[in-house]
Amino acid sequence: MTVLGEVEGKPGADPGAGGDAVISVSGLRMRYGSVDVLNGVDFTVRRGEVLGLLGPNGAGKTTTIEILEGFRMRSAGEVAVLGTDPAHGDERWRAGLGVVLQSWRDHAKWRVSELLSHLAVYYKGYSTRSIARPRDVGELMETVGLTAHAGKKIGQLSGGQRRRLDVAIGIVGRPEVLFLDEPTVGFDPEARRDFHDLVHRLADDEDTTILLTTHDLAEAEKLADRILILAGGRIVADGSADELSRQVSTESEVKWTLGSERHVHATLDATAFVRRLFEEHGEAVGDLEVRRATLEETYMTMVQQFETGQREAAVREFEEAAQ
Amino acid sequence: MTPLSAGLRAGLARGAIECRQTLTNSQDLMGYVFPSLVFLVVMYLMRDRTVEGTDFSMGAMVLPSVLGMTVMFAGLMTVAQLLIVEREDGTLLRAKAVPNGMQGYLVGKIVTVSGMTVVSMLIILVPGLFMFDGLALGSVGAWATLAWVMVVGLAATMPLGAIIGSLFSSPRQIGLVMFPMMGLIGISGIFYPIGDMPDWLQWIAQVFPMYWLGLGMRSAMLPEALAAVEIGASWRHLETLGVLGVWAVVGVIVAPMVLRRMARRESGSSVQARKLKAMQRVN
Repeated sequence: MTVLGEVEGKPGADPGAGGDAVISVSGLRMRYGSVDVLNGVDFTVRRGEVLGLLGPNGAGKTTTIEILEGFRMRSAGEVAVLGTDPAHGDERWRAGLGVVLQSWRDHAKWRVSELLSHLAVYYKGYSTRSIARPRDVGELMETVGLTAHAGKKIGQLSGGQRRRLDVAIGIVGRPEVLFLDEPTVGFDPEARRDFHDLVHRLADDEDTTILLTTHDLAEAEKLADRILILAGGRIVADGSADELSRQVSTESEVKWTLGSERHVHATLDATAFVRRLFEEHGEAVGDLEVRRATLEETYMTMVQQFETGQREAAVREFEEAAQ
Repeated sequence: MTPLSAGLRAGLARGAIECRQTLTNSQDLMGYVFPSLVFLVVMYLMRDRTVEGTDFSMGAMVLPSVLGMTVMFAGLMTVAQLLIVEREDGTLLRAKAVPNGMQGYLVGKIVTVSGMTVVSMLIILVPGLFMFDGLALGSVGAWATLAWVMVVGLAATMPLGAIIGSLFSSPRQIGLVMFPMMGLIGISGIFYPIGDMPDWLQWIAQVFPMYWLGLGMRSAMLPEALAAVEIGASWRHLETLGVLGVWAVVGVIVAPMVLRRMARRESGSSVQARKLKAMQRVN
């Protein structure tokens, strides 16, 4: 686990892991006009890893993923996906990627199986020694739970069915790397569970490398082997959910009563605080409760501050907590 | 099968699927039939007027001119419109996300719009043939002329449509292109013989594909003698090929540059932003 200090800190990107790295990013910067959306982002993703890019809205998650997909030009930095700079990726490189897009009303007149079969054709001729492309469309529809709707026009699908189709389109070419930007927005609970199963199967059975963005910590915890927290244009924490919890959640909440009066105090050193409490009040202290803040609480505080405009303060506090 | 030809073949298949969809969809069918009906009524009302200096029906002369106009509309307006709509709704982005997808998309669009053009022309041509006598479509040569004028016309206008479709960002702005198109129809000898126009207007009309498409179609379908009322008293095939060819060559050079620039900017967030904007329009 690595937690970043200031902007120039050497981050989670481990150049030593280059041989196994499917995605590697270093010093990535993106500037729109005079606004720095990404301010030196570094990370690597290993083959078969599920990486969750977590952060409040406007943190630069979508920008990052779109640069990796080759849909957006970066301002500075080194980026490689499957060993190729996405800015110069050719069609063979493109065949190795899967992008799950949020459908809206495109291909409304097409039938589900018709569109999947059509898009599958583009991947013929891009098989490798170990990967047969494209996927069988019948099996694919079974996998995402669309078999019953194979003959339906896409314009008539429900929101949840549409999102299943989006996922199916993303994996029809049996990609080595799969990008998912806010994948479960608009999913009902059942679709969400199915989707989580699918992500795990893709990563475990087919060794697919998956990069997903989300602003939902619970989802990142469920799906991702590793979580990167992006805020203020840089990565402020990097590790598994467990590691992040231990690292980030250093603040504790102490509750106690003095006579009939209730007290609450937040502190970084609960032990010392409680010791002082007893020294001062001795027997008068009652109902003592010490609770360490969860990762979620710490993250939510950061998000709240971030969204109410105290961006710099939010990032700084989060980073302090994380050290 | 090499990947590249897979992209081409996918494009052809895509065009075939979209042609079938447009012909089995009542909304689209209305879109073909309604304007054609209007033109047929106009021609019918003009059937008893004659072309000056002949006893040839004015309505019969307008028929091929309208077919030429149809090609221009399909190549320019339909392509522009489809491109704008399919950029807004994310169709284009999906094409961008698959290997050779843009190539497949473009080939598909060419096939689809060509198919739509043929259908639109037939809907006017078939009833028109019953409506008027004296159309000279009995020879293979006439049909061959009709075919090459259509193909060269589409080649001249589709890249223009692609350029316009790339430059405008919202389906609403396409209305801005309608006005100059209407003006062009007015001066290009579609409903009135161009010879009645002032000289300078004739020159302007002859710069654009519309006039030449109308002339080409007239040359295919009207008796030889009718050439006498045209500019230069000739069907001017060479000039037709020349002007349409120049538009096609310029278009084929410029359109890919504009298309590439437009496609480069497409991403999930740009589609998302347009979606939000469109939702606001609806609400």
